[in-house]
Amino acid sequence: MLKVNNVDVYYGAIHALKGLSLDVELGNIVTLIGANGAGKTTTLKTISGLLRPKNGNIIFKGKDLVKIPPEKIVGLGISQVPEGRRVFSTMSVLENLEMGAYLRTDKKEKQSDLENIFTRFPRLKERRKQLAGTLSGGEQQMLAIGRALMARPELLLMDEPSMGLAPLLVKEIFAIIKDINEKGTTILLVEQNAHMALSIADKAYVLETGKIVLEGSAQELMHSEAVKKAYLGG
Amino acid sequence: MLEFMQQLINGLSLGAIYALIALGYTMVYGIIKLINFAHGEIMMVGAYVGFFSISVFGSHIIVAMLFAMIACAILGVIIEKIAYRPLRGATRIAALITAIGVSLFLQYTTVFFLSPQQRIFPQTAFQTKDYLIAGLSISNKDVFIFVSALILMAILQFIIRKTRTGKAMRAVSLDRDAAVLMGISVDRTISITFAIGSSLAAAAGIMVGIYYSTINPLMGILPGLKAFVAAVLGGIGIVPGAMVGGFLIGILETLVSGYGNSLYRDAVVFGVLILILLVKPTGIFGKNTGEKV
Repeated sequence: MLKVNNVDVYYGAIHALKGLSLDVELGNIVTLIGANGAGKTTTLKTISGLLRPKNGNIIFKGKDLVKIPPEKIVGLGISQVPEGRRVFSTMSVLENLEMGAYLRTDKKEKQSDLENIFTRFPRLKERRKQLAGTLSGGEQQMLAIGRALMARPELLLMDEPSMGLAPLLVKEIFAIIKDINEKGTTILLVEQNAHMALSIADKAYVLETGKIVLEGSAQELMHSEAVKKAYLGG
Repeated sequence: MLEFMQQLINGLSLGAIYALIALGYTMVYGIIKLINFAHGEIMMVGAYVGFFSISVFGSHIIVAMLFAMIACAILGVIIEKIAYRPLRGATRIAALITAIGVSLFLQYTTVFFLSPQQRIFPQTAFQTKDYLIAGLSISNKDVFIFVSALILMAILQFIIRKTRTGKAMRAVSLDRDAAVLMGISVDRTISITFAIGSSLAAAAGIMVGIYYSTINPLMGILPGLKAFVAAVLGGIGIVPGAMVGGFLIGILETLVSGYGNSLYRDAVVFGVLILILLVKPTGIFGKNTGEKV
């Protein structure tokens, strides 16, 4: 479904992604794990068009995303839950969700998607008139996920959805991710919480200083000695 | 007391003018963090478009206002495209200096083509009448300015709060990258912001013409700066702040002229700017919103 081929991304003089390639198959949860600064967020931002690679291409459903303006990419079926949630703080919960469906014109379908999101996240329904900035961290994360789902993505990019959340909430978020996937959305998940990520993923990539150093099924990587040592705490 | 009420009423129409201009400053600042110092000149161009629309074509004042608003909306979009867009990634000081350059360009282009002479705003378009109500003298021009400004502000609020475009404007000003992820075109949204802000300035230009009865190519400087003070007073980037700030500055100015010495009115307004920057730089409505974890 998504193929990233030999992508080079620079921040000024810093070579952030070095010939990175990865593959996301339809229906899978693919996770990208690695330490802080390895290039995980950069990878997602490059796919969603916020960053532009110097070389390489990114093929999604036969189209090269590198040649498409960033604001058009969501229309192709890719939406992103950005790092740090990035909800629109002085807009209401409902308005945030509406922004997720900004490009959609199918009024009825939009309404039913909204109902589905409210069923999934009852807290958001209770607080739909409240400003997003006044929500708790966990609620903001749910809002960011709901907002991304409002675009009806075929591929959902998730950047550190567990960041800064209490352990119980982390479990809940991962259960939600699994459920979204089971309902038919392909997921590319970036996580520092390698254990949780590997436990729900089908395939995994390990990223170190802008390069893929290891790839395989999530099961394999979970039992690989190198991964255990570096990312699973022994 | 009657005297005070009278000053207040006089201040309301002037305040409405400042509020309309301040809105353009604050909207543009909100979305690209630029103080568009050419904004007062857009107001001036609006006044001239209105002037010619009335004196050449004999337009009704409302038609002249609409005409000026459309012309300035286009002008605002062109200025952004040519002067500010290429500097999007540059330092803020570069954009600011460019804005001052655009301001001077508009002033002296107007001087060159239309002469520096001031012109009498056509009285045929708006016959002034004074009414005495409960001991207060109220002019129909004050009522016209105040009411049309309120209508424009209500329309603006509706656009920003309720329409898809308005929500996109708010989203871009809150978080540009997140807005792009929603599929919002940042360039288009910025253009629309300039168009709306400039058309409000154009309406204010017509009102200045009616209020002072004369227009000239440098008429944008002082009201422009005062409206900027109003925007900062309300909290730069905050739309309701610009409205409140505009009215406060207008009323303050008339009170100073009425009770103190009219020579000091400009000094007092700019004194307010210094005072806010010292005491509460974020303005009346501004607050430092911390991130919640």
